Amino acid sequence: MPVESANFPGIWERLEPLLPSVQKPIQYVGGELHATSKDWDETDVRWALMYPDAYEVGLPNQGVQILYEVLNERADTLAERTYSVWPDMEAVMRTHGIPQFTVDAHRPVRAFDILGVSFSTELGYTNLLTALDLAGIAIDACDRTDDDPIVLAGGHAAFNPEPITDFIDAAVLGDGEEAVLRITDIVKQWKTDGRPDGRIGLLQRIATDGVAYVPSLYDVDYLPDGRIQRVVPKRAGVPWRVSKHTVMDLDKWPYPKRPLVPLAETVHERYSVEIFRGCTRGCRFCQAGMITRPVRERSITTVGDMVQRGIAATGFEEVGLLSLSSADHSEIGEIAKGLADRYDGDNVSLSLPSTRVDAFNITLANELSRNGRRTGLTFAPEGGSERMRKVINKMVTEDDLIRTVATAYGNGWRQVKLYFMCGLPTETDDDVMQIADMAKRVIATGREAAGRKDIRCTISIGAFVPKPHTPFQWAAQLDHETVDRRLKALKAAVMNDKNYGKSIGIRYHDGRPALIEGLLSRGDRRVGAVIRRVWEGGGRFDGWSEHFSFDRWERCATEVFADTPVSLDWFTTRERELSEVLPWDHLDSGLDKDWMWEDWQDAIREVEVDDCRWTPCYDCGVCPTMGTEIQTGPTGRQLLPLTVV
Amino acid sequence: MARQPDGPPPPPVVQRLAIRYAKRGRLRFTSHRDFARAFERALRRAELPMAYSAGFTPHPKVSWVGAAPTGVASEAEYVEIGLAEAREPDDVRRDLDAALPPGLDVDAVVEVASKGLADRVEASHWRLELPGVAPEEAERAVTEFLRLEAAPVERLMKDGRRTIDARAAVVGMHSRGETDTGQPCAIITLVVRHTTPAVRPDDVLTALRQTVALSTPITPLVTRLAQGLLGEVPPAPGELPQLTDPLVPDVAATTGLPPA
Repeated sequence: MPVESANFPGIWERLEPLLPSVQKPIQYVGGELHATSKDWDETDVRWALMYPDAYEVGLPNQGVQILYEVLNERADTLAERTYSVWPDMEAVMRTHGIPQFTVDAHRPVRAFDILGVSFSTELGYTNLLTALDLAGIAIDACDRTDDDPIVLAGGHAAFNPEPITDFIDAAVLGDGEEAVLRITDIVKQWKTDGRPDGRIGLLQRIATDGVAYVPSLYDVDYLPDGRIQRVVPKRAGVPWRVSKHTVMDLDKWPYPKRPLVPLAETVHERYSVEIFRGCTRGCRFCQAGMITRPVRERSITTVGDMVQRGIAATGFEEVGLLSLSSADHSEIGEIAKGLADRYDGDNVSLSLPSTRVDAFNITLANELSRNGRRTGLTFAPEGGSERMRKVINKMVTEDDLIRTVATAYGNGWRQVKLYFMCGLPTETDDDVMQIADMAKRVIATGREAAGRKDIRCTISIGAFVPKPHTPFQWAAQLDHETVDRRLKALKAAVMNDKNYGKSIGIRYHDGRPALIEGLLSRGDRRVGAVIRRVWEGGGRFDGWSEHFSFDRWERCATEVFADTPVSLDWFTTRERELSEVLPWDHLDSGLDKDWMWEDWQDAIREVEVDDCRWTPCYDCGVCPTMGTEIQTGPTGRQLLPLTVV
Repeated sequence: MARQPDGPPPPPVVQRLAIRYAKRGRLRFTSHRDFARAFERALRRAELPMAYSAGFTPHPKVSWVGAAPTGVASEAEYVEIGLAEAREPDDVRRDLDAALPPGLDVDAVVEVASKGLADRVEASHWRLELPGVAPEEAERAVTEFLRLEAAPVERLMKDGRRTIDARAAVVGMHSRGETDTGQPCAIITLVVRHTTPAVRPDDVLTALRQTVALSTPITPLVTRLAQGLLGEVPPAPGELPQLTDPLVPDVAATTGLPPA
């Protein structure tokens, strides 16, 4: 495949004179601290890792940085990075015949063995097509030759890669660290064996191994009404179901060790440490929480070591303690205090994406901001009414929330941000209007607790999108007209309030992008033609409101689905039955489908379920199916002050 | 009462260091904003005992002196930093240079003896490398340009399009050919006085194209070679005026010797 000797056309030499004509040229230059450039001829397997969004968003992505480091630590492997180029650069590249390139050594993406693309969101799909086309790789996987890389999707969106199966060769489900090493081994062995049966031979090996899903080796049959009849492997040896990967013992994988420090400005300018992976809070809308089970904590001492080394290696001033719900780490109090002590007076700030509504979070936030400014705290009640929060299993009462924010304002925090969703299953107009009541009560209580009137509360609302591998995977997505109507009414109710209106900010986006996200999230292989048509019509950067065109998506969906039993609404606003074969049923997240259906029924009945970390197992199915277990502390260890040399 | 940071105010500046750095090769595409951020991180990686401003969001004491435009290379950029503990300037030069990526290079660090670094950069010496331009053609353009009374060019500024005179600020200009490459390549060097609004090398290139019809088929490579004070003595005919490096008074004060 690809190229074994590094006799490339000099991309950099051709690119350099053109850079003054594009916006923010530094993003195409590379040269980040800790970037790795290896000798092409000295390595056996070569990966191009892509984050399908602009450099400023893609560079800080943890997943790509981890895999970049894990792969480059192997002597026989080379990994470089590539990002989506802005439309001005795309035009320049097309005019001058410059192919999609890596920023590390400016090599053509097509020369690599594997193009690994990390999809955090489905809205990056059109950007994949731009990159393939610029790279000179056939857009349709079936048209690729032995001279093209294997196009491999990963990231959360890869748990239902069906809408992009026309364009990818394989998909990895779950944690990537071990999976990329295994794929590297397979590619290397196949090369050593003399590449038997070319590209198809390699894909067959990948599929048979079970390390990744190879969609071209499965047939999908449909019923006359449009639903899927069945998904069947085409050949013997190809597994009926493909499982996700789960890395156990995060202490053995302390990446990123040497994070990339860009020269260009990016969306996150900090050293981030994942303090645990997985979440079993059981919020029913949350795909991340469902597909990353079980909870695996990184120990307090590993977190401490990573922070120490990360700060020294990068010079970042901010440390982020990441996870799906960071306050849930069994030793978060000790971690926060230990780090705050260690960096007292050092101008290193610590941040915790604190989304749980809990007074303990305030104690933590106080500790982390010990000598810093107390500007804003963020909480995510997600549902406006008590009833709604039972449906989504966000176990927090309004009194909890009010107590929490009162403590926050009383401790000198000036602003509280609250996240909600609109369009949740069973939601009524009244459920959404209760967000306004909650916000007013927050301000009233906050003014009392702070003893001053200049406190603020911002409510931020997103439209709910039902996701695969969640109990809401069967739910009807709410049509965007109703979402927009409810949000407008809510906004009016807040703004028109004489006492509190000026203290409450409200932010939301219109519901239309969410409908397209819904199409791409729960779509099947027939959606690929829509993606392709949208891209051909100019669709790019769909995650950016200034580039996203709902009208184009709607028009293309109508054209593609004309004379078929399916439609944009069929994929989005239609509720599914238990008996329906879902497009991702052959992709195994470990969650038991019967348990998920029960949980969906519990949602409708407003029955809550507790976290399995502190209550008995409720048989979601993940641990026994995947051979994994919950890994939590406490370890009882402490963070020691840094030794002074 | 709004919260105030606890504890004593941050330690004061005990030593000021003036730094000359270069922006070379592909890293010339670093904007000044990008460089400033990278520089602050390098200060931390080099573990320099920076002095900080007071308040909830303390900033290290860093004062910038101008900055070459994005995409323009430079051999002579200047910045001043304040330390809370004194350090040997040459150690700082070594550590800071090691903490910055190759291409962003720290070339000189001297202890500031007297304030006024900014006042000691009065003009810049630029080099315009023009691949694909025959030396005779550049020679003609330079001669004609220097004869002009004024060379008005338009530039898009924050407050809209403005016309500036690219001729008046040019103190001297010179051209020669580069012979060691396969294709013709002219080199124009010039000294431009710093004015408000500043006349950038881009403005001069625009003027050369528009007023004396110089055609540049390939994007020129622009480098700032030096900054400093213009000499008292006018240059010999055909020579460019010499610039005095702004670090000279500091070096002289520290070592008692004239700079090398």
